[in-house]
Amino acid sequence: MFGKLTIDALPFYSPIAAGGAAVTVGGALLVAVVLTYLKAWKYLWTDWLTSVDHKRIGIMYVVLALIMLLRGFVDALMMRAQQAMALNAGGYLPPEHFDQIFSSHGTIMIFFMAMPFMTGLMNVIVPLQIGTRDVAFPWLNAVSLWLSAAGAALVMVSLVIGKFSTAGWTGYPPYSGVEYNPGVGVDYWIWAILISGVGSTMSGINFIVTILKRRAPGMTLMRMTPFVWTALVASVLMAFAFPAITVACGLLALDRLAGMHFFTNAHGGNMMNYVNLFWIWGHPEVYILILPAFGIFSEVVSTFSRKRLFGYESLVYATAAIGILSFTVWLHHFFTMGSSANVNAFFGVMTMIIAVPTGVKVFNWLLTMYRGRIEFHPSMMWSIGFIVTFVIGGMTGVLLAIPPADFLMHNTTFLVAHFHNMIIPGVLFGYLAGYMYWFPKAFGFAFHRGWGLGAFWCWIIGFYLAFMPLYLLGLKGMPRRMETYNDPTWQPYLLVAASGAVVVLCGIGCMVMQLYVSIRDRAKTRDLTGDPFDGRTLEWSTSSPPPPYNFAVIPTVSDREAFLEMKEKGTAYRRPAAYEPIRVPSNTPIGVILGAFGFVLGFAMVWHIWWLVLASGLVMFAAVIVRSSNDDQEFTMSASEVKRIEDQRYRQLGSRS
Amino acid sequence: MTAGVAFFVGACDLKRAAVIDPKGPIALAERNLLFDAFCVMMLVIVPVIVLTLLFAYRYRASNTKAVYTPTWANSVRLDALTWLIPALIVMAVAVLLWRSTHRLDPYRPLESKEAPLDVQVVAQDWKWLFIYPEQGIAVVNQLAFPAGRPVSLRITSDTVMNSFYVPQLAGQIYAMAGMQTRLQMLADQPGTFVGRNSQYSGGGYSQQHFEVQAMSQADFDAWVARAKQGGAVLDATTYPALAAKSRANPITYYSTVEPRLFDSIIDKYRHSGHAHSAPVRR
Repeated sequence: MFGKLTIDALPFYSPIAAGGAAVTVGGALLVAVVLTYLKAWKYLWTDWLTSVDHKRIGIMYVVLALIMLLRGFVDALMMRAQQAMALNAGGYLPPEHFDQIFSSHGTIMIFFMAMPFMTGLMNVIVPLQIGTRDVAFPWLNAVSLWLSAAGAALVMVSLVIGKFSTAGWTGYPPYSGVEYNPGVGVDYWIWAILISGVGSTMSGINFIVTILKRRAPGMTLMRMTPFVWTALVASVLMAFAFPAITVACGLLALDRLAGMHFFTNAHGGNMMNYVNLFWIWGHPEVYILILPAFGIFSEVVSTFSRKRLFGYESLVYATAAIGILSFTVWLHHFFTMGSSANVNAFFGVMTMIIAVPTGVKVFNWLLTMYRGRIEFHPSMMWSIGFIVTFVIGGMTGVLLAIPPADFLMHNTTFLVAHFHNMIIPGVLFGYLAGYMYWFPKAFGFAFHRGWGLGAFWCWIIGFYLAFMPLYLLGLKGMPRRMETYNDPTWQPYLLVAASGAVVVLCGIGCMVMQLYVSIRDRAKTRDLTGDPFDGRTLEWSTSSPPPPYNFAVIPTVSDREAFLEMKEKGTAYRRPAAYEPIRVPSNTPIGVILGAFGFVLGFAMVWHIWWLVLASGLVMFAAVIVRSSNDDQEFTMSASEVKRIEDQRYRQLGSRS
Repeated sequence: MTAGVAFFVGACDLKRAAVIDPKGPIALAERNLLFDAFCVMMLVIVPVIVLTLLFAYRYRASNTKAVYTPTWANSVRLDALTWLIPALIVMAVAVLLWRSTHRLDPYRPLESKEAPLDVQVVAQDWKWLFIYPEQGIAVVNQLAFPAGRPVSLRITSDTVMNSFYVPQLAGQIYAMAGMQTRLQMLADQPGTFVGRNSQYSGGGYSQQHFEVQAMSQADFDAWVARAKQGGAVLDATTYPALAAKSRANPITYYSTVEPRLFDSIIDKYRHSGHAHSAPVRR
């Protein structure tokens, strides 16, 4: 009846694991109680969970990302604490628990923090920047969101029922095979990734079509904003790279469930096939995450330097070049596999070549700041902090790209420091810059500046404290993922690294305060114009938050900085003679239903509850049939309704002057 | 504050850090490569950091005396430079990379007057087995050899993937079941070094380190003789007990080893099931 699921799955094996479970369950209960107290369930369901509006979907993605950021960061704190105290001792975590934590930290930060954060920002902003009313496939967009959430929920539920994988975020076989890991942990990891991966692939397809087919008249490819360009290239990479990890995890699942031998030690299996497949996705994934962040930096640096972006064409070509090259470097993740010098040297050189377009981008941001009028908005601070810190990570990346040097540094904390040095300043700082930049657009009131700056300073100082010692420890030969160690000279560095994690914790505290203070003061800080930063691109031409249809009249574009040009020509804010009725997609519960049963399906696969697999699969299939048979997927907002909303907008604009 | 003090105390021992302080020509060459590439990269990293901070300060909004060119966004000459500077740096490092990758191919035998000492390495949960085919002995968690004589390692795994790592002498290479990888090693002087598994492999991973002993030829001969005295035998019947999971194993000597043990450990994964497995780069 319940497959492998028994009462032993509850985490009473250790007080710390039980505590983690209690916090998870308690948090979920608290949210439920607050929603009930506020009588907000109906509002939540009709206005958010069933919404297919790209702005709301985007906001829900970012909420998911921020929640998972908290969870992933708690993992990081626990690891830093363990290593700080585990000299010649067990610390406070047994190996089995420590190993789950580093596995869930990486899995969460990449798949359930960075990916949803990026997809969320793309959702909120890309349609606005290209001057359209929604993405190409609004319902598919909701399905993508809820499948991502289902994957995240599987990772979270593994805290309470059973254990998570100990195989690291990369899940290398044969360790992750059933022979060495018969428990449910690896299955949680596999199904979380498979289910959310389907969502990411569909997001990629959705945004490719949206950007290529839905741009406002006059917006040629070379008039698209840098963020839209990077979103386009990242979407192409998503559509092409995610199938590789879906296949890799699918084959691993077949090894585990059906006794197959794709990646086993014996019977003709070869684990290096998995490693190749994983990184054929994994390296493009780095660029899937970082390119949109580069796009955000381009927007932010230009806006807050009050200057046109320098070298737009160069930036576009560099973006496209990175997109193509990102598929040609995957082997640098395993130079130590023993391939020939020619193979290693080829992939090493390709890796270096990627540094060229990346370097071009850095120079372009610098030249955009040159002779500008720089305003130190938190988003600009994230950008400056990014450039300074990211080039250090780029430098260590070039060092690791030299195969013989990689033989020395691979798998050490030097490697850990390197990729955090790319992902934290490059990806996370970029998303946080975008989050603080576009917050007033999404919600219609200002985001508190002081707490934002506080968050920036804590994050960047904490970053240096946490990761510079790891570079040095790598030079001292410390491998990654050590639960305990016997070299007393490592401990001082690990103590500094732990202190860095505490400083980052203060940064996260600042982010929470920023949300609290901004929401509390929202009545006083309303964004009446929709253009708080004297913006240059189309998203600033509409109200904050934008109406459901984004633009009452689809704008016509004749310049790269479309909105700035309208303001200069005096055509911005011009009222049309009359409004037209607008077709808007209707809300539907099918997206959230698919997500919920996707979660049930994954859970049932993990625990081998076969009847439930079948049942939830059938429900999902039926839901898709129902949706596909429904011809009534849109409704019309009448011209008078549009006029009412627009009148209100112009009253706001008027009240400002 | 204490953390800061501890950090500076710690920093003083950096010059003895494993990677900074190699004890053999291979690790030295790899380290020098690291340093050379680092210096080349500094040519571009330092100016970028300095210029970023300088521009941020100089062109701050409150400094209305600074030149302001809000629409200046193109310059063919600067565009060319932004591509050329990184391209030149990368070309320089790429040449370094191509040459060094071939010179330091871990499969390439070291040039030396002395014939290399062959050692076969088996990664197990969670320990390392070293088999000396010429001497007919085997040791757990200790790798001894004469300083100045090249050591030619053949490496495999009898469990999940491991990575055989001796930072001061050789760098690292993966150990994979059913496959053999190779690594060359040479110590300039006698000394004791740390070797580890750097690829996470389960519960006993953190304690899976071994002692690397480079010694004089006389000491090595004595070491072999001592190992031969014990009388323990490693063959098909005693091997499974050794291969079973165990943590923090003490150094253990086997005075007799079945001659084809290493090959049989590889072959047991290759001959089960399909006749044709992935090719092995021997």
